[in-house]
Order: sequence, then structure tokens, then C-alpha cells
Amino acid sequence: MNYWKEFSKGLLSDNPVLVMLLGMCSVLAVSTSVINALGMGFAATFVLVMANIVISSIRKIVPSNIRIPVYIVVIAGFVTIIELIMKAYVPDLYTSLGIFIPLIVVNCIILGRAEAFASKNGIIASLFDGLGMGLGYTIALCALAFFREVIGAGKLMGISLFGANFQPALIMILPPGAFITLGCMLAFLNKMQEKKAS
Amino acid sequence: MMSTNLGNLVVSSSPHIKTTTTISSAMRDVLIALTPALIVSLYYFRWASLSVILVSVIAAVLSEYIFQKATNQEVTINDYSAAVTGLLLAFTLPPNLPLWMVAIGSAASIIVAKQIFGGLGNNIFNPALIGRAILVASWPAAMTTWISPIDGVTTATPLGIIKEANTLQALGDMTGAGNLLAQLPTLTDAFIGNIAGSLGETSAIALILGGLYLIYKGHVDWRIPGTYIGTVFVLTTIIGFATGQGVWYPVFHILTGGLLLGAFFMATDWVTTPITKKGRIIFGLGCGLLTVLIRLKGGYPEGVCYSILLMNCITPLIDRYTKAKVFGR
Repeated sequence: MNYWKEFSKGLLSDNPVLVMLLGMCSVLAVSTSVINALGMGFAATFVLVMANIVISSIRKIVPSNIRIPVYIVVIAGFVTIIELIMKAYVPDLYTSLGIFIPLIVVNCIILGRAEAFASKNGIIASLFDGLGMGLGYTIALCALAFFREVIGAGKLMGISLFGANFQPALIMILPPGAFITLGCMLAFLNKMQEKKAS
Repeated sequence: MMSTNLGNLVVSSSPHIKTTTTISSAMRDVLIALTPALIVSLYYFRWASLSVILVSVIAAVLSEYIFQKATNQEVTINDYSAAVTGLLLAFTLPPNLPLWMVAIGSAASIIVAKQIFGGLGNNIFNPALIGRAILVASWPAAMTTWISPIDGVTTATPLGIIKEANTLQALGDMTGAGNLLAQLPTLTDAFIGNIAGSLGETSAIALILGGLYLIYKGHVDWRIPGTYIGTVFVLTTIIGFATGQGVWYPVFHILTGGLLLGAFFMATDWVTTPITKKGRIIFGLGCGLLTVLIRLKGGYPEGVCYSILLMNCITPLIDRYTKAKVFGR
């Protein structure tokens, strides 16, 4: 088993956001600032890694008829842990991410990896798969948030970049900005992919 | 197209009816139709108008050229469609808008609303209105700062005054509302264009002249502007008489704001509106209803832009349900 391959596929070639277009709801909603994107990305990565490990280790004793409810319970357990941790130690981030933290339970990247990978592979491979997918999600989220925050708020990580006279294009931190930016990123990446293939 | 020449008989497949109208000739007619409003705008807003219009048109044509070059497509700036989009966008902007915002809006119209969808004929939404919507969402303060004609003093649009007065009335400030309403321009001023507003929307007479020219030339079906303006007129007449303001009220709603510009030049865009006759009537009714709804009950004083964009969304649906039945079935 090539663990590096399992890890690296999530970063670009099978990136959950930019290639598989999974988990769009949270991606579009929380990418208004890089801080939010990092927080969301790490929360999702934690859940993804832990859920993958547990689901992989119980994969032989879970009857296949009820596997989805079992996976959901496992995922919900880890989401509750990360939710309570964030509420205790980073209350600001917790408030600004709001409903999207508990919604990690229904994030299709996590259930997708559980169903497509962890339930069929060993524990170590599942760990690397979860880590790669989680980092891929975080990178995509941060890239999207970078453009949206710089153009839409004139800031990066909450620090003003252009001085007081800069008038940011508010549309970029509104929902339409998320769709336009993501669309442009996907188009650019597909174009690059095409160039590489030809 | 295959055609065979048999002496004095030419055999060819359909279509058999041909026209000399081309995209560029039709677009030229639109530019001619926009000229009266352009002249009035230049007279009332002077340099503010000229600079916005020039920047908008140049940015539109340039972004079309650059995008088509960058994506290895045939460059189609000679069909005037980008110039028309730039001019129409400029007509919907406030006269003193910073020019870099004008350029961004114009580029957004062409690239986001038109070229990304595949260029002229493939766009879902009216490009000029998308440009305006993006600007309103991005810089709401600059997009709602208006100046008065000739002297260029910052002021409110007539529809803005009405909205503000309604808010004051709802709060119980009758004197404040009365003072505001006293600032309303006369209907004559609104008719010739001596009011605050977007560059090209102020002069009713110039827009009507341009619209009639397009209808006369056959580029525009009277059904869309007819039902659009008619719906607004009927609804505001009912409201005008119910609130005791009489016939002044519906006339005011027709002459002010972007209604005439939208009804004649934007709701009649060939690409983004229904092609069936019945569909065009539904489209006009929907636009009129949404415009009145946004003006009277919405958060914005003016609703023409969003009502046309919303109706653009359901144009394919309208076309599907108003398709003529095949004879005999």
C-alpha cells in the first residue's frame, strides 16, 4: 500500500472541492475570510481523519444494511467533540462559523470518504486518505477565501491591505462572489489540466 | 446550404425567406434609437455623462476584444453588440460614478454575463443589467448617489424621494414627509428629462422616440414594452385612486425611474426574452408586476433592473409553455 499516494490524491488530482465538487454548501458559505476557512478546514480535517480511522477499524463488524446510520453516528460523535472544543477555546471563530460546524455531520466529503474508502481499506491507509482529503478541502477553501477576502473586504487574515481609501467590491463577500470566484477557479484548473493532458 | 441551379429555377432547402438584416445593422439601429436619450443626457449632465459613457463603451469593446483574443475565438467587436451593451450600461449608471467602477462594471457585463456563457446569443441574462447589478452589490453607496441636472448638486431621485416620504409617513412624521414630497419635480420636467437619475433614464420623450423607432424598424415587438408599461400603469392607477392621489400618480411612475429605458431597450433584448407572442405578453406582465412590487414594497426605490433579470431567468420556461401547437395534433 502506497500511503503517499493515498495522501496526495486528495490535494489536487482528487481534490474534494475543486475536482469532485463535494461539500459545496460549507465551501461557498464560510469562505468569506481566510481565518474562517482555516478554522472550518481544520475542523473538517479532524472529523475526517478520526471518522476514517474508526470506520475503517469497525468495517468488518458493521452489517452492510445499517452501515450508513452507523457511519453517521460515528461522524456526529466527532463533530460534537470538535464543536465543544471550538466553543471552549476559540469562541470567536465558533460564533462566526455558526451553524456550519454542526453541519459537518452531513458534509458529503466525510460520508463519501467513509463509504468509498474507509469501509474498504485498512486503518493506516484510511488515516492518510482522510488527512489528504481534509488538507485538500482546507487548501481549496483558503484559496477561495483569499480572493474573496482581498477583493471583497480589502483584508487578509483580518489585516487591512490597501489603506483607508480602498473601496472593496462587496459582492465578493456576498454569495454571488463565492459562485463567481469558484467558477473562475474551476475553469482555470480545468484549462490547466487540459493543457497538461495534451 | 445546398442549392441547385436549373436554368431559371433555383432549388434549395429551407429557409426560403431571407432578410438583409445583420447583427451589425440591427445593433446600429439600436445605437440610432439611443441617440436622442444620449443627447439629452449630454445636455443635462455634461462632462459627468460624457466621461461615464466613453469609459463604459471603451471598456466593453476592449474586454470583448481581450477575452476573445485570450480564448482564441473570432473577434466580434465589429458587430457593435459590445458597444451597445456598454452604452446601455452607462445609461443605467449615476452620472458621477467613479470611472474605475464604470470600467469594472462594463468589463463584468461583457465577461461575466456574456462571454462566459458563450458570447452573443448564448447569454441568459441581459449583460448591461448584470453589470449594473454587480456594481450595485459591490458599491451600494456610490451607485445610489445622484446629482441634479445642469448644476450637478447631490440630490435624490424622484422615486427615492417617494420611498423616503413613505418611510417618514410610516413613522408618523407627516411634516417631514410633506417637505420631501414638495421637492418632487413636475411631470413636465420628468417628461423632458430635467430630473435626477441614471444617465440615460431621465428623459421620457427621448426614450419614447427611440423606442418607437425600434418598433417601426421591426427590431422590437410592441408587446413587451406595451404590456410592461401597461401593467405598471394599471397597477399604479388602482393604487393612485385608492390612496386619493389621482391620475398624477401613475403618470409619475411611468415617467420617472428606469421604466421606459428598461421597457424599450432592455426587456426587449432579442437574446434574453421569449420568442413567442404569447410569451412576450407574459414576460411584459411579469416585469410590470415585479417592478411595481419592488418600487412600492421592496427595499430599493427602483425595481426595473431586478424585475427584468428575474424574468430573464424564466424566459426558457415561458418559451416552452407558450410554444405553438403543431397543426393537426
